[in-house]
Amino acid sequence: MSITVYVPCDSSAVSLGADRVAAAITLEAKNRGIDLEVIRNGSRGMYWLEPLLEVETAEGRVAYGPVKPDDVSDLFDSGFIYGRKHSLALGLTEELPFFKKQQRLTFARVGKTNPLSLADYIAQSGYRGLKNALAMTQADIVKAVTDSGLRGRGGAAFPTGIKWNTVLNTSSTQKYIICNADEGDSGTFSDRMIMEGDPFVLIEGMTIAGLAVGATQGYIYLRIEYPHAFDILNAAIATAYEQAYLGENILESGKSFHLEVRLGAGAYVCGEETSLMESLEGKRGLVRFKPPLPAISGLFGQPTVVNNVISLASVPVILDKGGDYYRDFGMGRSRGTLPLQLAGNIKYPGLVECGFGLTLRELLYDFGGGSKTGRPIKAVQVGGPLGAFIPESQFDTPLDYEAFAANWTVLGHGGVVVFDDSMNMAEMARYSMEFCAIESCGKCTPCRIGSTRGMEVMDDIINGEDLNKNIVLLRSLCDTLLNGSLCALGGMTPYPVLSALNHFPEDFGISAEETI
Amino acid sequence: MTDSSTIKAVVQKITTELKDKPGALLPILHGIQDTLGYIPAESVQDIAKALNLSRAEVHGVISFYHYFRDTPPGNHTIHLCRAESCQSMGSKHLEKHVKAKLGINYHETTANGQFSLEPVYCLGNCACSPAMQIDKELYGHMTDESFDEIINELGVSA
Repeated sequence: MSITVYVPCDSSAVSLGADRVAAAITLEAKNRGIDLEVIRNGSRGMYWLEPLLEVETAEGRVAYGPVKPDDVSDLFDSGFIYGRKHSLALGLTEELPFFKKQQRLTFARVGKTNPLSLADYIAQSGYRGLKNALAMTQADIVKAVTDSGLRGRGGAAFPTGIKWNTVLNTSSTQKYIICNADEGDSGTFSDRMIMEGDPFVLIEGMTIAGLAVGATQGYIYLRIEYPHAFDILNAAIATAYEQAYLGENILESGKSFHLEVRLGAGAYVCGEETSLMESLEGKRGLVRFKPPLPAISGLFGQPTVVNNVISLASVPVILDKGGDYYRDFGMGRSRGTLPLQLAGNIKYPGLVECGFGLTLRELLYDFGGGSKTGRPIKAVQVGGPLGAFIPESQFDTPLDYEAFAANWTVLGHGGVVVFDDSMNMAEMARYSMEFCAIESCGKCTPCRIGSTRGMEVMDDIINGEDLNKNIVLLRSLCDTLLNGSLCALGGMTPYPVLSALNHFPEDFGISAEETI
Repeated sequence: MTDSSTIKAVVQKITTELKDKPGALLPILHGIQDTLGYIPAESVQDIAKALNLSRAEVHGVISFYHYFRDTPPGNHTIHLCRAESCQSMGSKHLEKHVKAKLGINYHETTANGQFSLEPVYCLGNCACSPAMQIDKELYGHMTDESFDEIINELGVSA
């Protein structure tokens, strides 16, 4: 009987040598005359174990990792193809605590299947949501999404169903679905993992969105930094067209939906939805004034749904199992699951999908195992470069949109970057201002000029110059950015800056008592 | 530098192929940069004409996006991540080493034309920080030593 071995094609796994491991296995099997097939799956999201090798056995898939090309011959000698013992053996993949404790809805298939196999996708409950949607009225599809309580996973957490309803009720001959795949936040990689590990779920989610609101054209706006995702998405889209899951007359329903991937060009601000649309229209990514809302006048002036990858990839399970099923996960007004990403200085980095309500402490220590360097965790930044730095005293906050907002922090796209006590938070605050200066689109003055002035003030503070004056100046500048910027780039840069100042004043050269 | 007739031919082929797409400018610029490695200043006029835009509009778009460049890159472009996750794992130290090893700063190319160095703000490899990308290859858990090894493998050390 042929042996099936899985080695991820996920770009992070490849960055650690997964392609070389896959090639070494194929070669070794050939040399030993073993009938073996290597399937390139997505990543299970346990990145400290990548490249993670799995072998199919009667008991389930057995994992080995992290595997180097040099380990392959030894693995064959030990009989890994029968799931036998080896120093890299980890046991059954799905029994590993990091994986087993999760509630994977959106990521149900990632790591299990060959991302480019439509047959695999369908065998693992794929396209059931679309089939249900094809038998429903547009209003009922929107209602299912509204009932699920799904909120925008890009960061703003706006209820997806309400957005869709606005587009549905705005009449136009042409409407658009845009997938915002400009995942620029440091510490986030869930969009990338979905696109590389289960592209059909995104295609299905966008198709359902198109049916729901009456849009026939979709665009995935993908960042240029994700070349692997670009190739995988394009291959999956081509297959979907061939098998009538995209195009005119989808599955002989008489409905049509077209989908194209467009590449960004290295501008962080294009993750802001109006800037993204300008970019798609072939212009500089300048942020637009709102209103009008994109749902009423968006891409090329037409009603447009703009949703994040994870929001759209969560739609198929909602249409498959019902809004109620999804809504039963989570807490408070944060329903369903959130794919969290543990990154930076953490022992067990990776993807953790759980219902809302887990605390940061559980995430950092029960899943993450503490810092990688073994030093105390000083702070975590949740929600990307515009998210606040969170000190240890707030680690018991549940991961919930409202609980985070109450602390003047944001959950954003669910990225968590961990810093140990060797980091200087004044340096991080300076970097936040620098990043804003580099990425500002330049349309509004507070962001364009304030960020550069902020960098200069931070330089003075770091040099210990006239702290009484400069810290007051920094706070005043942050106030201007916060209240006077056109979009979240300028408007939220004060989150990391002020949280660093408020929680770690000693790094700014002042004591906790003399809060200025 | 690419000669003028080649540039003209490439630009003409790409603009003809893509100009009727909605929002065609970015796909056209990508097409040109993928083929030539950069977007020559002299191509702006032809692009503008094909899309019925002003030269200023085309130049404005090229200069807005960090990824587009108007000078030829080295044989390999190194994108080194400067973002928070990589900083938490020592990327500032790595950055110093990379610059010293190559003898160049960001946005520069080594004298032998082998490597260009560009900053990047997140490669989505944050679970394996610090990260970098050379051409389309992604690397994780970078150290000074692994950087030297990769650079040496790519041929002439700079």
